[in-house]
Amino acid sequence: MKKEWKGFNTGSWTEQIDVEEFISLNYKPYDGDDTFLAGPTKRTEECCARVQELLAVERKAGGTLKVDSSRIMRINAFGPGYIVPGKDIIVGLQTDEPLKRGICPFGGIKMVREEVAEFGETLPEDINKIFEYVTTHNDGVFKAYSKEMKQVRHLGFITGLPDAYGRGRIIGDYRRAALYGIDFLIEEKKKDHEMIASRHVMNEENIRTAEEVFNQIQALKEIKKMADSYGFDISGPAKDVKEAIQWTYFAYLAGIKEENGAAMSLGRTSTFIDIYAERDLANGVYTEEEIQEFIDDFILKLRVARHLRTTEYNELFGGDPMWITEGIGGVGMDGRHKVTKTSFRYLQTLYNLGPAPEPNLTVLWSAKLPEPFKQFCAKVSIDTDSIQYENDDKMRPHCGEDYSIACCVSAIQMGQQMQFFGARCNLAKILLLGLNGGIEERTGEKVGPQMEPVGDGPIDFDDAWKRFNIYLEWLMELYVNIMNIIHSMHDKYDFERSQMAFLNSEVKRLMAFGVAGLSVAADSLSAIKYAKVYPIRDENGVIIDFKTEGEFPKYGNDDDRVDDIAIAISGRTIEELRKHPTYRNAVHTLSVLTITSNVMYGKKTGNTPDGRRAGTPFAPGANPMHERDSHGAVASLNSVSKIDWEICQDGISNTFSITPEALGKDRGSQIDTLVGLLNGYFQRGAHHLNVNVLNRNLLKDAYDNPEKYPNLTVRVSGYAVRFNALSKNHQKEVIARTFHQGI
Amino acid sequence: MKGRLHSIETFGTVDGPGIRTVFFMQGCPAKCLYCHNPDSWDLNGGNRYIEISEILHWVERGRTYYGEKGGVTFSGGEPLLQGEFITEAIKAIHSIGIKSAIDVSGTYVDEHTEAAVAECDLVLLDIKHTDAEKFETITGKSQETLLRLIDIINKHDKHVWIRNVIVPGINDTDEDIHQLNEFIKRIKHIDKIELLGYHTMGVNKYGKLGITYRLKGVPAMNEKKLTYLRNLVRMPE
Repeated sequence: MKKEWKGFNTGSWTEQIDVEEFISLNYKPYDGDDTFLAGPTKRTEECCARVQELLAVERKAGGTLKVDSSRIMRINAFGPGYIVPGKDIIVGLQTDEPLKRGICPFGGIKMVREEVAEFGETLPEDINKIFEYVTTHNDGVFKAYSKEMKQVRHLGFITGLPDAYGRGRIIGDYRRAALYGIDFLIEEKKKDHEMIASRHVMNEENIRTAEEVFNQIQALKEIKKMADSYGFDISGPAKDVKEAIQWTYFAYLAGIKEENGAAMSLGRTSTFIDIYAERDLANGVYTEEEIQEFIDDFILKLRVARHLRTTEYNELFGGDPMWITEGIGGVGMDGRHKVTKTSFRYLQTLYNLGPAPEPNLTVLWSAKLPEPFKQFCAKVSIDTDSIQYENDDKMRPHCGEDYSIACCVSAIQMGQQMQFFGARCNLAKILLLGLNGGIEERTGEKVGPQMEPVGDGPIDFDDAWKRFNIYLEWLMELYVNIMNIIHSMHDKYDFERSQMAFLNSEVKRLMAFGVAGLSVAADSLSAIKYAKVYPIRDENGVIIDFKTEGEFPKYGNDDDRVDDIAIAISGRTIEELRKHPTYRNAVHTLSVLTITSNVMYGKKTGNTPDGRRAGTPFAPGANPMHERDSHGAVASLNSVSKIDWEICQDGISNTFSITPEALGKDRGSQIDTLVGLLNGYFQRGAHHLNVNVLNRNLLKDAYDNPEKYPNLTVRVSGYAVRFNALSKNHQKEVIARTFHQGI
Repeated sequence: MKGRLHSIETFGTVDGPGIRTVFFMQGCPAKCLYCHNPDSWDLNGGNRYIEISEILHWVERGRTYYGEKGGVTFSGGEPLLQGEFITEAIKAIHSIGIKSAIDVSGTYVDEHTEAAVAECDLVLLDIKHTDAEKFETITGKSQETLLRLIDIINKHDKHVWIRNVIVPGINDTDEDIHQLNEFIKRIKHIDKIELLGYHTMGVNKYGKLGITYRLKGVPAMNEKKLTYLRNLVRMPE
């Protein structure tokens, strides 16, 4: 028993790594309200003001403050950096200055060159030289891609593939650093390495794993060195709440120093940290004000994390997101909820530091969460538009009690699972391709199986559905194979050693596929089924538009006739994906999520039978198409709730905007209504909800006068952004979304 | 049995407590000056019928959102114009454990009204005007009907939310509110009194329907003035 564990209930966690058991044996559920919370200290306000200044400069500079391409980002590439030297109490930055961005070339040197060039710089000669000899992930992937793979990629059937930079979506269990200290983790990894390397059959998998574990040990040693440069010895366990936060943060920081994955979640730390906070409060080590100050400073650090991106990247994932997602709340397998005082303290940062998109605070909602916590969450949503909600009652039976959220909506078991991220395919384009018999609607290019296009109409639903399925079958095989190549190359050339060091050496893997344009595809098929749809062809006979006569049910109105089509599409997609074996036996999962790429997907898609014009953005995620949900918020939510999480275990994202007036006439009733809405939606089995409580006019004003709204935060699709950080096109799309209003 | 329906709102948050499914019934005998739903006046207007089974379908879809306070509201138009249907619908909704409110204008009472009032759980009662003459000017109907309806509500001990639309120049003086305070003393169980500000959002519907809008030029109710008037409201003891 280590001295740092004094006062903790012991279990097998003291002998082997088991953070989940440690939490379960030691946390104290908190049933009270928010009145105990402390406001910001003077020091917090000072550091926060400094960050606000820097953000203003960053905004003026066009979104990126400073780029340092002099060295490759590794754990110890940069010496220590501070927000306000001498004032930071939780320390550590990616580089030696806040908001300064470095380069991560192992995902793809090409993209790094583009990134650097956009800021008028070139890479130093020594770095260029290295990549004359070293293969990056991006190089590897394109060596293996077939012609057809490249074709579906450039035509926009599959977009956003992580084949040019870090894949992200891996969540280390960074709490391990605090609970055990780095030395213990190294010892455990050494044992694992010996066990794996001594197996009777050294097949490809065992050889690869042994090498990976070796690299993880190397990373752990470097993390110790990094902490040392800030004056901390993290070889042993953390002894109090301040150290627990600091150790956890160092572990996380190493990952975002050397990897630039699209989404790099924090995990599920609040209830873990709370155990230390409770012990310190009981022993008089720290006061509530001090504990809140540690958390505020930790969160402030996460708010200045940045990756260097290209303009093209930002078109897909607008708003400069990091997806530092933190899951808060939820319920344990023993039925006790996992809300603690620190769950409140994390949310309180949105008041102490002001609203902000990062970290991506995600409430794991359950019918069993205590009422005062539900009320507090609703209040924070109404005040800040900065949090999202996911259904713990849906995920827990499958993922256990200690999972966290990768990126926006993807549940991953802490410490035991990793995910292969895989962007998304365009369902609306698959339908159009089917109707055209294998001719892409914008270019006239032939792709996929070739067959006769549909006749002059009205198009027969059974025929359209058959065609959709033929091309779905074709594309899903290709999709799995593309993903296999990407992740094989990523493991080989850009292995995330510092994140994987905080996972079990032999992890379970998920392969996360995705779809975009679900509502467009469902409404289009509904039009074909319930109205009369006639194709319109160009001079070459390619169907480029449709004449749709009559009314048809639209997704988003709780109308089973069309909602069943959306359900069938998602079911058929995962069925097709599962037919094809995956790299490292990963489990196929599926998401209905678009980030902000719904704008890009729409741009790459021609006219559709639902009346949507070519180039018009899709609805985000699983949302109904803008303004087509006309029967009120409940009907809209109910349609989305029918898309089954069992089918789409990588998540079903719904972004919901409502005016404050529609929630109720006074603040008390607005909070009650939002709690009721969340209860009702999740009880119907829905998975995810982004909540924005605001008026369209406010966004219009922010569009015209950005300087008036430096901190306006909105939830877009599984994450939040500063409205100002979005491109004008993305802003327009957000403004065009349905706002549920009073009647 | 069928009812004539104008539309359904699945997320009602202002017509009764909690989250509610609101059925706007078609048809209204009154022609209120400021009505923002003139398209709901004609009982034979629209072409949408609804059966009890469909009402229950929507209630089941809303059930998880209702919580302890929420439920169903029948609004309009004037739901009492279809009293028999409303009564049957509320009974059916009760049988699956959900509460119902009716949102009425006080301009219509018939032989089915008492059964409907007896069956419902809450009445949202619009007091168009406390003065009989002005009541008639606003609604085109006699205030006698309102008084008869209040008797029925009192007889069945129903709880009431009072509502009063405040229109500049029609009922926006201190005196109007004092009179309202007096008038509602005759109602036994009042849970809430709401003054709603007149707005002009429904005006363009009139043009489309070819009906003359009689409050043309009257501005929307000033929010500050409305807040002031709200402070004059007194809940009867």
